Amino acid sequence: MAPPSTRRLGYSRKAQYSLFAVYVLAIAGALLAALLLMLSVIDPRGYNALKTAGDEVTAPISRFLNSVRQTTNDLGENTSAYFDAASKNAALKKQVEASRNLLNEAAALKIENDRLRALLGLLRSDEDGGGLTGGVIARLITSSSTSSRNIAVASRGSNAGIAAGQAVRGPEGLIGRVLSTGPTTSRILLVTDADNVVPVMRAKDGVPAFATGLANGELEIRPINLGINPFKVGDIIVTSGNGGLYAPNIPVGRVSEVMRGGAKARPLAEPARTPYIVTLPVYRPSAVSALENGGDEPGSKADTNTEAEAGSNAQARE
Amino acid sequence: MKQPSLSPSRRSASAYQSRLNRTGSPFRMRAVPIASVLFASMLPSLLPVISTQPLLPPLGLMMFLSWRLMRPGIWPIWVGLPFGLFDDIFSGQPMGSAALIWSLSMLALEIIDSRAIWRDHMQDWLLAAILIILALLAGLFFVSLAHNSAGAEILIPQAVLSILLFPLIMRLCARLDGWRLAT
Repeated sequence: MAPPSTRRLGYSRKAQYSLFAVYVLAIAGALLAALLLMLSVIDPRGYNALKTAGDEVTAPISRFLNSVRQTTNDLGENTSAYFDAASKNAALKKQVEASRNLLNEAAALKIENDRLRALLGLLRSDEDGGGLTGGVIARLITSSSTSSRNIAVASRGSNAGIAAGQAVRGPEGLIGRVLSTGPTTSRILLVTDADNVVPVMRAKDGVPAFATGLANGELEIRPINLGINPFKVGDIIVTSGNGGLYAPNIPVGRVSEVMRGGAKARPLAEPARTPYIVTLPVYRPSAVSALENGGDEPGSKADTNTEAEAGSNAQARE
Repeated sequence: MKQPSLSPSRRSASAYQSRLNRTGSPFRMRAVPIASVLFASMLPSLLPVISTQPLLPPLGLMMFLSWRLMRPGIWPIWVGLPFGLFDDIFSGQPMGSAALIWSLSMLALEIIDSRAIWRDHMQDWLLAAILIILALLAGLFFVSLAHNSAGAEILIPQAVLSILLFPLIMRLCARLDGWRLAT
């Protein structure tokens, strides 16, 4: 069968020209889009204001839906907790015993670790990552779940004192860092984003490494000392404080699989199950501003490079 | 003076008067497809889903493709640009990514339409599946231009979910179409 002839416009010049004009417009539209894309590749921060405005518009509804979700979650958990309360109680008692022993061990290790770090001249007297000084408590209300980027939206923004670049943690560990803020919302780059590079170390002995997101919910841990791969399944990874953005000793993940030249880790904090998050002030603002004098976005390739350099410099100083 | 009461037949006619010979609202006819695509673009950022991998299907793109496949000629060809820009605001992709992808898929569908001999539901589904996969890959590629990015295998769950969900979106579109054209 021949192709349909509906597109043949006959001899009407007007119809021919108007069809041609529509095609020209469509192709011009595609070119304009390509240009916009190029601009946003060159300057990823350029459209943050627009995106933040979009978040502000959708935030009231997602806030409401999020509270509904959490209420129903609680309801389900409470109901199931009622049914297996006795067996759970026994199991928990056993677990408490076991963790008490581990806690004692950990306390001893911490003392030993502090002593060793003091010997190395690495001890920082100001604080450690557990503190909440200057932090803002918020909720995660939604995320970019259709894109390969891992950006979550938190329920509070610059009105509450959140600023771009701050680290974000939940009760279990590091969640990510603030990318940009609006008046009542802020966009958070999760640790699992492939663009988020966190200077970390093994909690046990301080082996320095970098954690990068794999965008599938896992982290890749790469030791700075290439050649040897010290990681074992079960190792706890915490932030090292290098680079000045994240405070040290925030738990990041647990090694789940050892690979060639590194390891895979599961993040300790699950953003989907974390009811509240806390933003922490930038650990060493002077170090960060010195690194950022190029004015790069804390989510662009340039920045991760500078962070990597900072890490290796710190390593070199050791 | 008292108005003479209507005869029974007249009365029943007047009861149906408001339902006969009506014209549909032109506003509704135009607004429903546009509003449904915009809403579908916004929906993932309204839902309280906090995922650490791409999981939700690109609902805006799927709604856009369903309307285009079901009603060719409903929109001019350049419409991918404004719809795509709106989607970019909410999707977390670099600005311009969806605008380019949607514009190109509009052009591609136009070319396919001018070549195709017949169309049926399975063919529409196949076309949409190919376009969705290409769109997801292109989206990942555009992210990787601006940022560090992961391998394409992370898109598999999302792509499968989107392709399986597409007939449902088309059904929804058909329902909306019936409602918007109803008089």
